[in-house]
Amino acid sequence: MRLDRELACRDIVELVTGYLEHALPPGDRERFEEHLVFCDGCGTYLDQMRATIAATGRLEPAALPAELEARLLEAFRGWRPA
Amino acid sequence: MEELLSPEDARLVEGLRNGDEAAFRGVMREYGSAMLRVAQMYVSSRAVAEEVVQEAWLGVLKGIGRFEGRSSLKTWLFRIVANTAKTRGVREARSIPFSALGDDEDAVDPDRFLGPEERFPGHWAQPPEGRVLGAEAMHVIERAIERLPPAQRTVITLRDLHGLSAEEVRNALDLTETNQRVLLHRARAKVRSALEEYMR
Repeated sequence: MRLDRELACRDIVELVTGYLEHALPPGDRERFEEHLVFCDGCGTYLDQMRATIAATGRLEPAALPAELEARLLEAFRGWRPA
Repeated sequence: MEELLSPEDARLVEGLRNGDEAAFRGVMREYGSAMLRVAQMYVSSRAVAEEVVQEAWLGVLKGIGRFEGRSSLKTWLFRIVANTAKTRGVREARSIPFSALGDDEDAVDPDRFLGPEERFPGHWAQPPEGRVLGAEAMHVIERAIERLPPAQRTVITLRDLHGLSAEEVRNALDLTETNQRVLLHRARAKVRSALEEYMR
């Protein structure tokens, strides 16, 4: 992605995952961080993304449907380790 | 041989090999729903996805004796599910699933931005340190994830809920680096946005 010297808020929103994944080229990363110094809104946006990721990480994995798990268990019981 | 596995994974693998039902339950608790998610990314219906998981499970049992721990247990499991699902997808003569990538939607509704000079209007701040979002907010996140297109749903579930690395997800699902990131970005942006709606 070609970027001008300064990033707009829109660019920040699009680049935030790349930033969090450490996947931005060094120049873009610098411009991203520069923008954050002067833009509280985008700072908040980044915090919200981090909060969202952390909260998602606290979700309990859903249970498998009981019927499916029962079928898998049946296969497991019927299986003889080689 | 299994030094590359975490101690828990090594225990689970050993248990499965011995036919130990506690290990079976452990694997299902940790990875069962994610296996179903992976399958759902490749096939059309929930019923077919469940069949894929059953078929993949037979493959797991067949292969567990030779599993050498060169990848983590979950990466190995998800690869088996993905491969089974892809074979099944071909049999179903369905197109490969990344229609979700074909669109060019922006991560955030562009009309929220009045212009390039406008500041982003953040509506909710990060909860104070140590405070966690309440049960209702967690439910909002769950529902937002449920509503995502399958590929986005699978990637965010594996990355943010199950804690797989970007590389593990790319390997399990055969995604390029860019596609993995785009799917994750769209998914997270929508979940964030759902939370914002809720907090407003």
